[in-house]
Order: sequence, then structure tokens, then C-alpha cells
Amino acid sequence: MLNVGKIREGFVLDHIKAGESLELYHSLQLEKLDCTVAIIKNARSNKLGKKDILKVECDINELNLDVLAFIDHNITVNVIKDENIVDKKILVLPKEIKNIIKCKNPRCITSVEQGLPHVFILADEKNEVYRCKYCEEKYSHL
Amino acid sequence: MRHLMSPLDFTVEELNRLFDLAGDIEQNMGSYSTACAGKKLATCFYEPSTRTRLSFEAAMLNLGGSVLGFSDAGSSSASKGESVSDTIRVISCFADICAMRHPKEGAPMVAADKSSIPVINAGDGGHQHPTQTLTDLLTIRSLKGRLDHFTIGLCGDLKFGRTVHSLIHALERYEGIEFIFISPEELQVPDYITDRLKELNIPFEEVIRLDNVMPRLDFLYMTRVQKERFFNEEDYVRLKDFYILDKAKMEDAKAEMLVLHPLPRVNEISVELDDDPRAAYFKQVQFGVYVRMALILTLLGLEGGK
Repeated sequence: MLNVGKIREGFVLDHIKAGESLELYHSLQLEKLDCTVAIIKNARSNKLGKKDILKVECDINELNLDVLAFIDHNITVNVIKDENIVDKKILVLPKEIKNIIKCKNPRCITSVEQGLPHVFILADEKNEVYRCKYCEEKYSHL
Repeated sequence: MRHLMSPLDFTVEELNRLFDLAGDIEQNMGSYSTACAGKKLATCFYEPSTRTRLSFEAAMLNLGGSVLGFSDAGSSSASKGESVSDTIRVISCFADICAMRHPKEGAPMVAADKSSIPVINAGDGGHQHPTQTLTDLLTIRSLKGRLDHFTIGLCGDLKFGRTVHSLIHALERYEGIEFIFISPEELQVPDYITDRLKELNIPFEEVIRLDNVMPRLDFLYMTRVQKERFFNEEDYVRLKDFYILDKAKMEDAKAEMLVLHPLPRVNEISVELDDDPRAAYFKQVQFGVYVRMALILTLLGLEGGK
């Protein structure tokens, strides 16, 4: 069994679908933070069989986790302080997602205008529908 | 500063004020002839459109203002690769208000985000065409005296037809509206519109044939199947003649039903209908000038100063 040490302050993101931790790493823009990150792939899980875990050692106010709810509701977010879990975050869908996903509508201005952020607005919370701010195209994972 | 991106940018009360102003302009055209003296309208048209551009220009000239601009992307800096964001920053130094048409959806919104003058969306790809919608609403209100409790049929290209999307969007806010969407399956209204109608509990039907629903309609809004919205010519040729309104179909319509069309027409409305008193599509064009005049005055904050 692989051992990864405890973190003093930060987040442990548990129950990530196996194989998706790297995508999450980029979605959270962790490459921009100067902090210690452990990416654990294919850990054993009673709930999922296999899972990924991300451990991020950082100031807990420094990381915006809003996008997690959009990516996967089932991720457990443990907030760590002084090496202890002090909180488990409930994930809420963000009202706006910026530069995480791209508009796939070939007629959208984002397909040609340089430097334009890809912004999606939560249009329907119940059905988790996001639409491009500019062309209103529904975001689809496909 | 106000812009116009979608018909929903104005509340129902604001629209009523705009239409009242347009009505006053219609009655007292002469008294508005210097209302915009010294003001300039920039028409930034990245794709050709004679009608909408000339309607904007006529509106500004009627108000005593002047116009400048370009009528296709080839004669603008866009052909050199300039972004919309940069273009509008430059245009903001030349003009007091801008009407923008662009083949890419959302381009006028990008402009509005960076602009220091009011921007009017004059049509963006297959997305929105709010000033056509204001024209349509003013036409309905002027000819019928109200904007609620109608059954409205929309026929033709409902997938890419931006005038249709904008009109549905605007009519959602009036009571007792029922939509009947008449189109081939390939050109049905996008799901974001039908999703929203379901959410708002607004009744709508999607049908294939026009003749079956004619007797129920208070309005029939016809649209052209536009060649430039298709990815291949084969699809266009197969679908373009699908829905043609002629005298025979009109016999089933109510005596007071009105036919609207954003124009240009190709062959979807037979010319034999032009003299039918129910044909309102050329009146629409005149209402379009009045409503654009009212819009320019409103966005420039000059609505009280004729």
C-alpha cells in the first residue's frame, strides 16, 4: 500500500472517479499554485471499487473549489487544518464557469475572437444546464 | 449606459414606453427631425444586409443625425484580423451609438462589454435579432392593439432563424400566448427555447404541416430558409420549397389573421398574396424605421427631447 503523508492545511478531495484526477488538477488550475499536491490514482475504494484522490497543501482560502460541483457531485471535499479534518464541504453548482470548458458551437464568437474567456452561465440549476454567455449554446460533455 | 442585445433587455413597461414613442414618431414625424442633430450612428455590418442597415440609417437620418460605417467584413479591419473588441474601442471614438451585425453569435455582446457607446445587436449569426423583434412587436401592437392572448404560428427555418428566436423570447412575457412551430424536423426550434417554454408553462406545439393548423392562427410568421445557414447545398435544395404560403392555404385562415415576414422573401409567400389585406409584411418594414428611431432616442437618452 502506497503511503502519502498527512497535510497540515489544505484539502483532500476523495472519491474522484478513477482516472479523472489529472483533469481535475487542471480544472482547479493547481499548476498555477506554488503548493504541494499529491495525485493518487486507482486507490482501492469500498464505494467505487477504484478511485482517485487529490491532496492539496495550501491556504484553504486560496483555492476556489466551485467548479468541482460541475465536474462531479460525488467528490468528497475534506477541509484540513492542523492535520485534522475540520469541515466537509457541500458542493454547490457555480453560477458562472470561466475558462474551464469551451463552447463547441462553431458559430460562436469565442471560436474566432482572440483572448476572449469561455464563460458559461448556470441556466437551469435543477437539470444542471450551463449555457455559453455569448451564444447560449448548451454545454454538452459529448 | 444601455445596450440592446436581446429583446428581454427591456422590461415590458420599458417596451410599452418605446412603442408609445414609436407611435408618436409615426404621428408627428416632422417634430423629431432634429432630435439627434450632431449625433452619429456607426453601422458595423460584418455580413451583408441591405434592409436592416438601411432601416437603421434611415432612422438616424430621420432624426437629423448622421451615419458612418461599413457594410461587409471585407471593407473593415476585420479582414486584417482585428478583433471585435478592438474595433468597437476604435468606433467608440468616432460615433455616439453603434448598430452591429456579425455572423458569429455573441459578437455584439463582446462589443458591448468593451464599448463606451451604446451597442445595438443588429443580428448575430443564428442567435438573436432584437430590433426585428421590436419591429414585429410594434407591428402586432399597432395593427391589433395588444400583445397578449394570441395563437402565433411560426413557419419555415426555426432552427437558424434568429428573428424567430428573438420573437419567441419577447412574447414569452405576455399572457395567453400559444405557439405553433411549423417546420421540417431538421429545422425545428433549438432545445434551449423549447426547454424554457416548458419551464415557463407556455403552451407550444411542433408540427410538420402548415395547412393543418391554419384555422387556429391569429398570426402567421413566415421565414425564409436561408442558404447561408446550411453547411451543405444539398440540404438547402431539399428543404427550401417545403413551406410555401399561397391563396389555397390562406382560404383556411381566419379573416383577421395577419401574415408577417422579416423579409427578404424568396418564394415562401406567393406574390398573389401581396394584395390580401391580411398581408402585413410590407407594413412591418415601415414600423421597423419608427421603432429604430425610438430605440436610438431611448439609448441616447434623448427620448424626451423632440
